[in-house]
Amino acid sequence: MSFLAAAPGFAIAILVLPVCCGLLATILPAFGYMPALGGNTWSLGPFEELLAMPGIGRSAGLSLFSALITTLISVTLVAFFVGGWRGTRSFARMQQFLSPLLSVPHAAAAFGLAFMIAPSGFLMRLFSPWATGLDRPPDWLILNDPLGLAMIAGLVIKEVPFLLLVTLAALPQTKAGQFDRLTQSMGYGRLSGFLFVTWPQIYRQIRLAVFAVIAYASSVVDVAIILGPSTPSTLAVRLTEWMSDADLALRFVGSAGALLQLGLTLMALAIWLVLERFGRAVSHSLRAQGRRLARDGAVRWFAMVATALLALLVFSGLAVLALWSVAGFWAFPDLAPNALSFDTWNRASLSLGGPMANTLFIGGVATAVATLLALACLEREWRTGRTGGSRALWFIYLPLIVPQVSFVFGLKVFFLLIGWDATMAAMVLVHLVFVLPYVFLSLSDPWRAWDPRYASVAAGLGASPNRLFWRIRLPMLLKPALVALAVGFAVSVGQYLPTLLLGSGRISTITTEAVALSAGGDRRVIGVYAFLQMVLPFVVFVIAAAVPALLFRNRRAMGGQA
Amino acid sequence: MSALVLDSVEIKLADKPLIALTEEVARGDVLTLMGPSGAGKSSLLSFINGSLDANFTRSGRVMLQGRDITDLPPHARRVGILFQDPLLFPHMSVAQNLLFAVPPGAPASERKALVTSALETAGLSGFEERDPATLSGGQAARVALMRVLLSSPDALLLDEPFSKLDTARRDQLRGFVFAEARRRMLPVVMVTHDEADAAACGGKIIRLAEESA
Repeated sequence: MSFLAAAPGFAIAILVLPVCCGLLATILPAFGYMPALGGNTWSLGPFEELLAMPGIGRSAGLSLFSALITTLISVTLVAFFVGGWRGTRSFARMQQFLSPLLSVPHAAAAFGLAFMIAPSGFLMRLFSPWATGLDRPPDWLILNDPLGLAMIAGLVIKEVPFLLLVTLAALPQTKAGQFDRLTQSMGYGRLSGFLFVTWPQIYRQIRLAVFAVIAYASSVVDVAIILGPSTPSTLAVRLTEWMSDADLALRFVGSAGALLQLGLTLMALAIWLVLERFGRAVSHSLRAQGRRLARDGAVRWFAMVATALLALLVFSGLAVLALWSVAGFWAFPDLAPNALSFDTWNRASLSLGGPMANTLFIGGVATAVATLLALACLEREWRTGRTGGSRALWFIYLPLIVPQVSFVFGLKVFFLLIGWDATMAAMVLVHLVFVLPYVFLSLSDPWRAWDPRYASVAAGLGASPNRLFWRIRLPMLLKPALVALAVGFAVSVGQYLPTLLLGSGRISTITTEAVALSAGGDRRVIGVYAFLQMVLPFVVFVIAAAVPALLFRNRRAMGGQA
Repeated sequence: MSALVLDSVEIKLADKPLIALTEEVARGDVLTLMGPSGAGKSSLLSFINGSLDANFTRSGRVMLQGRDITDLPPHARRVGILFQDPLLFPHMSVAQNLLFAVPPGAPASERKALVTSALETAGLSGFEERDPATLSGGQAARVALMRVLLSSPDALLLDEPFSKLDTARRDQLRGFVFAEARRRMLPVVMVTHDEADAAACGGKIIRLAEESA
């Protein structure tokens, strides 16, 4: 069987098998059975212990609440922003402004936000002491607040760019422009016309991405460690602590907790389905009443300002974080450090090498394999004329919708059994599980949108399918292919939980190091690691943009200057 | 002997018959299909060059210069096609586009000479290094024609090839295409909306009925 013919099956195996093996190896110890850890009898003991953990109800509630609020805010903001401003010049500018945010790992963005909003953060300095009268940082619980509001903010700043991207990808498949003119000619407002007519068509297409956001937010670990509450933490954070604990007995409780997490995420999804129905009912009722809602200026501007503030907050946060990494003495409430120095970098450079090499190696291999596989699957799809349809889409979203914590724990147990724990192979494999979906999603739209008449022309000129691929299709689609590669690398760099658990303390990356530093609170060192975390994917995106620009600099239709 | 034979060709989409015909096109002749827009006409061209979507059911044979090409893969059929867009490969220069079409085997200098003389024929001498995106519509259309001819096909398919040009250029290009096809004695199948196209080529015209649209 050729590589091409094998590719789709191989890709499905990568997406499905780790999730299934991981879930299985979570379920068994959750019911007390895991001979490798000394559990030989089936029992509900782990669940009883789990429920006896102090504050477990609050932890679970926090996860559920923050996931739903995060998703609700992000989806609403994206819908209102796109609806209110699509087609305007400010929209195009904001789009350019927001798209680099996609490549910033969650943890780096969370650190940036923390550096802005902390009691001793940049925003407080901006208003001190002239407005607040403070010459010392106030003793306020802004970060790690018990309701998880800072954490929700940290998630929203990353999910808005993501949902915006998938919305914009879905937009061309609707006749948005014509519907806009039609609804506005009937007296509907710009926003209401969009929400009544175009949004339902878009939402149908981005629904799985929204589910992925819910699942992610309900089980996120790194952002929750950096910004989330600690008394108690969210469920996923506590699970991670138990699973990394030297006391092996806690693994059983952790497994039971991982199942609780799975149930919790399913519950969040179920509640979201109810919210969807509610939204549809409200929209239906307003439409049936013929409500025009034409005076939408305030709402539109609110969406614009909120989106702009959000982007501004992240970018300034990242800048402040970079500044901290080179800061000498920097007292509150000074806006800038007294002196700049590379001391922190020099000190950090002694221990940076290993994590840096690991990050590059794991990300490089996982991304290369994912891109090759995605290209092979799409080429296979083209040659056979068979698309996987909506079923394939579920496969792709499977690792994104089943919460990481629920199956990566089991996967670790599984790898322990076969002796793969803390190996590079296991590490690349588990990164591949999360990189492949994003690479495939970002590559498939441009690939499928390619004009098939080029293939007819080339075949008529005697070009074989292989020649067509290498000489025509791949060069023409080099840009999206490299962007997909960069997206994959960014996803790999950002992976925290799988890297932490499968690394077993022996393999660390920039991301695991950065998050581990957050407890210490040394802003300068955090600045170094978070800066690297943000810069690595960015550099790859720059290269991805530069290569085609250089290769095709004399080809206007390929984006060149000529 | 006829160069291109369509033997009891039938194409259906979801059991709806689109087209059914038996035709012979001699070398240097043009068979024109006219009719309302719809899958019927273009799907015949796709059937001939092997790019018909799997959703269509088809029967019948296509013979080209005595070879039965019905089951050959598209690239082995030696059937060239021109669309209404020139579809020059945007990442290649004009010369690279043409070199892509020249069959392999000949030494580089010979291949290059073929390209040079093709550009001369098209009245585009010295255009080798041009970016296709900088050509006018008429220039690009002529390069596209030279490209398909350089691949020395055994038959030529035209899918509304002139419909995007203004009237003056359309007449000019149409004359050029038919003259070149006749000079090389190629059987041509053309699909068009334009009565003038049909009249200019002088071959047999098949008018498809409204229902088959």
